[in-house]
Amino acid sequence: MDPILLARIQFGANISFHILFPTITIALGWVLLFFKLRFNATGNEAWMNAYRFWVKVFALSFALGVVSGITMSFQFGTNWPGFMEHVGNIAGPLLAYEVLTAFFLEATFLGIMLFGFRRVPGWAHTLATFLVAFGTTMSAFWILVLNSWMHTPAGFEMREGVAHATDWMAIIFNPSMPYRLGHMLLASGLTCAFLIAGLSAWRWLRQDRGEDVRLALRAGIWLAAALIPVQILVGDLHGLNTLEHQPAKVAAMEGNWETRGNVPLVLFAIPNERERRNDYAIEIPNGASLILKHEATGVVPGLNDFVGKHPPVAPVFYAFRIMVGMGMAMLALSWLGAFLLWRKGELPRLIAWGFVAMTFSGWVATLAGWYVTEIGRQPWLVTGVLTTAQAASTVPAGMIGTTLALYLAIYALLMIAYISVLFHLARKAGGPGTAPPPAYAVRLQAAE
Amino acid sequence: MELISNNLPIVFAGLMAISILAYVILDGYDLGVGMLMARGDRSERDRMIATIGPFWDANETWLVLGIGLLLVAFPAAHGLVLTELYLPVALMLLGLTLRGVAFEFRVKAQTRFQNAWDRAFIGGSLLAAITQGYMLGRYIMGFQDGFWQEAFALAAGFGLAAAYTFVGSTWLIAKTEGELQARAVLWARASLLLTLAGMIAVSLATPLVSPRIFDRWFSFPNIIGLASIPLMTGALFLSLWIFLRRMPRTDHSLDLVPFLGAMALFTLGFLGLAYSFYPYIVPEKLTIRAAASATESLWIILLGAVFVLPFIAGYTAFSYYVFRGKARELRYD
Ligand code: HDD
Ligand code: HEM
Ligand code: HEM
Repeated sequence: MDPILLARIQFGANISFHILFPTITIALGWVLLFFKLRFNATGNEAWMNAYRFWVKVFALSFALGVVSGITMSFQFGTNWPGFMEHVGNIAGPLLAYEVLTAFFLEATFLGIMLFGFRRVPGWAHTLATFLVAFGTTMSAFWILVLNSWMHTPAGFEMREGVAHATDWMAIIFNPSMPYRLGHMLLASGLTCAFLIAGLSAWRWLRQDRGEDVRLALRAGIWLAAALIPVQILVGDLHGLNTLEHQPAKVAAMEGNWETRGNVPLVLFAIPNERERRNDYAIEIPNGASLILKHEATGVVPGLNDFVGKHPPVAPVFYAFRIMVGMGMAMLALSWLGAFLLWRKGELPRLIAWGFVAMTFSGWVATLAGWYVTEIGRQPWLVTGVLTTAQAASTVPAGMIGTTLALYLAIYALLMIAYISVLFHLARKAGGPGTAPPPAYAVRLQAAE
Repeated sequence: MELISNNLPIVFAGLMAISILAYVILDGYDLGVGMLMARGDRSERDRMIATIGPFWDANETWLVLGIGLLLVAFPAAHGLVLTELYLPVALMLLGLTLRGVAFEFRVKAQTRFQNAWDRAFIGGSLLAAITQGYMLGRYIMGFQDGFWQEAFALAAGFGLAAAYTFVGSTWLIAKTEGELQARAVLWARASLLLTLAGMIAVSLATPLVSPRIFDRWFSFPNIIGLASIPLMTGALFLSLWIFLRRMPRTDHSLDLVPFLGAMALFTLGFLGLAYSFYPYIVPEKLTIRAAASATESLWIILLGAVFVLPFIAGYTAFSYYVFRGKARELRYD
C-alpha cells in the first residue's frame, strides 16, 4: 500500500482516538469546579458526592488523553517530517508553549486535585481543580491556534520554501481561530453534558436515586440545553468564515457542483464525483443560498470551479450531515428534557432512556466535525502553502502498516475497557443492589 | 544578547539535555516502581502505586518537552533520529500507553480484570524501560546495523531497565516503611550491581565504537580533568553500596539519601555521555549547530521557557511538598 495513505490513516486514527478524551476532560474540569464551588457555597454533601463520582471519570479520561497525546507528539515527527521542515518555525513555538503553559500545569495539579483533598486546605483543593480546568483549556487554545493557522495561515512569509514568522499576533489570531476555538470548546461542553446526563439518567433508571445523581442529571441537561443553541449559531458563523477562506470545502459540505444562485439545501443525497452530480437528492429550494448568503438568490461557489483541487466530496458531505444531524437531535432532546424537568421535576422513563442513548452523541458529532474540517482541507496540509504529500515521511509502508495494526488493536481494547468501566463505576456507585439507600444511610454518609 | 543569539543552538541543546535528564530520573523512578511491582502482592502493589500516583503524569511531561524541543529546535535531527528509531519508538509508546491507563484501570475496572491490569502495568513499564535503553544503545552506536551493534543496544536496554529499577527502589525506600521498605532495600542492592555492570559496559563500548570519542577521553591533558567523572561515579557506587548495607534503619531521617545518590549517579552518567557526543546531536552525522532551526523562532520559545520554567519548578516543588513523607493509601476523598 501507498505509505502516504498509510501514514494518513495512522495519524487520523491516532488523533481521532486522542480527541475523544480531551473533549471530555476540557469541559469536565469546569463542571467539577462547579460542583466543588456549589459544595463550598451550600455545604451540601451531595455536591461533593457528585464531585467524587465524576472526578473518577475525569481521572480515567485524563489518563487516556495523556497516553494518546504522547503518541501524537511523536507522530508529528514520524509521520510528517516535512511538516516541521516547512512550517516548523511557526508550529514549533506554538507546540512548545502548549507544553510549557498547559501540560505541566494540568499534570502537576491533577495529583493534588485527585489525591490531595485531605492534604491541603479546602481553598487550595478548589484552586487545584481550577488550575487543571484552566490547563486543559489552555492546551486546547494552543493546539487550535496551530490547527486553525493550518487552515487559514497568516502572519508569515516564505523564504526558500520555509515559512518564517513575521507577526505573531496575526499567527495566533488568524482568521478562523476564534470560530474554531469557540466551536470546539462548545463541542467539549456538549459532549460532557450529554455524558453526564446519559450516565446519570442510567443510574436514575436503575433506581439509584441519591441526591447527587439528581443534581448531576439536572446539571447535565441544563448545560446541554444552554449550550446547543449557541453551538448552532457559532457553527453557522464558522461556516460563513470557511466560505470566505476555503470555498471548495464549503462546496463539498453543501454538495454543490455549479457556482450559481438559488442553490437548494441538500438534506440528503449520494454525491457522485465521477459524474459530478448528486444522486437521489432530497432538497429544500434556495436553502443553501439563504444560509450562506442570507438571500434566496445568493450565489454559492460550486465544486466545478475547483476541479482537481477540491477535497473528496462524499466523506465531507456525509460527515457534515452527521454533525448537524446530531446537533439537531441534541437540541430536541435537551430542550424537551429541560422543559419536563422544569415543569414536572421528573423525567419520564422514555426521555431518560433517550438521554442514555445519547450518552456518547457528543463524540459522534465531534469526530464528524473534525472529519469535515480536516478532510475538507485536502489536498492541502497548510492551505496554499504545503500539501499533505509534500510533508509525508519516508518510513517504509510495511513498518507503518505494522505499527498501525498495533495501534488499532490497542485502541479497540482501550475503548472497550473505557466504556465498560464507565458503566461499571456507575453501577458500583449505586452500591450493591439498586434500591434507593435508606434515609439513615444517606444521613450517615453526609455526616462522614 | 549577541552572545546568546550566536549560541542559541547550544542553549537549546542544554535545555533539551536538562529535560531528558529530568525525564530519566523522574519517570525513571516511576517506571522502576512499575517493574518492581512484579515482586509485590496486591496490597504491596497498592502502596507502591500510592508512592507514584500523584507524580507520574508530570514526570512523563518531561518526555513531551524533551521530544518537543528536539522537534522544534533541531528539526533535521528529529527527522533522522525518529525515522531510525521508528519501531522502538512505537513499542515504547505501546508500553507507556498500557502503563498510563493501567494506573486508572487497575482500581476502577471490574474486580476480575484488576490483576490483568496490574500485569499490563508491570509489562508496560518493562517494555518502556527496555525500549528506551535500546534506543540509547542504538544512538551510542551511531545507528549502525550489525549483530554486535544490535546486541549492544539490547544489553543497553536491560542496563537502563536495571538503572530504573534502582532509582525506583531508592524511591520506595524514601516513601515507604516497614516490611515493604526492607524489601526495597534488597531490591536496591541487587539493581545497584546490575546498574554498575550496565554503566561499565556503556563506558567501555562508547570509546571503542568511535575513535573520536576515544580521543576526547584519553588524549592528554583532557584525561586529567575528565578522570574525575569515572572516579566520582566509582566513589558514589561504593558509598551507595555501603549505605544500603546499613539499611533499613529504625530512624527514618536518612531515608531519602539513597534516592539522592541515585540522582547524582544518573547525572554523572549523563554528563559523561554528553561529553562524549558533544558537539554532535546525531553521533558522527549531524552537529548541534548544523541541525538547528531558524533563530527568530528559537528566541520566542526561549523567552517563554525562561519565564515559565521557574513557575514549573515552583509548583512541582509544591506538589512534592504536599505529598511529602511516607505514602499510605491513595484516596479521592
Ligand atoms: C481541543 C483539544 C485538543 C486537541 C485538538 C489536541 N489535544 Fe492533546 N490534549 C488536550 C487537548 C487537545 C488536553 C485536554 O489538554 C489533554 C487531554 C487530556 C490531557 O491530559 O490533556 C491533551 C493531552 C496531550 C498530551 C499529553 C500531555 C500531558 O502529558 O499531560 C500530548 C503530548 C498532546 N495532547 C499532544 C497533542 C498533539 C500533538 C495534538 C495534535 C496533533 C493534540 N494533542 C490535539
Ligand atoms: C483533534 C481532532 C482532530 C481530528 C479528529 C483530526 C482528524 C484528521 C483526519 C481524519 C485526517 C486525515 C484527513 C485525510 O487524510 O483525508 C487528519 C489530517 C491531519 N491533521 Fe487532523 N485532526 C484533528 C486535529 C488536528 C490538529 C489539532 C492538528 C495540528 C495541529 C492536525 C493536523 C493534521 C495533520 C498534520 C494531518 C495530516 C494530513 C493528512 O493526514 O491528510 N489535526 N486529521
Ligand atoms: C448543528 C449545527 C452545527 C453547525 C452549523 C456546525 C458547523 C460546522 C462547520 C461549518 C464546521 C467546519 C469548519 C471548517 O470549515 O473547517 C464544523 C466543524 C466542527 N464541528 Fe460543527 N456544527 C454544528 C454542530 C456541531 C456539534 C453539535 C458539535 C459537537 C458537539 C460540533 C463539533 C464540531 C467540531 C469538533 C468541528 C471541527 C473543529 C472546528 O473546525 O472547529 N458541531 N462545524
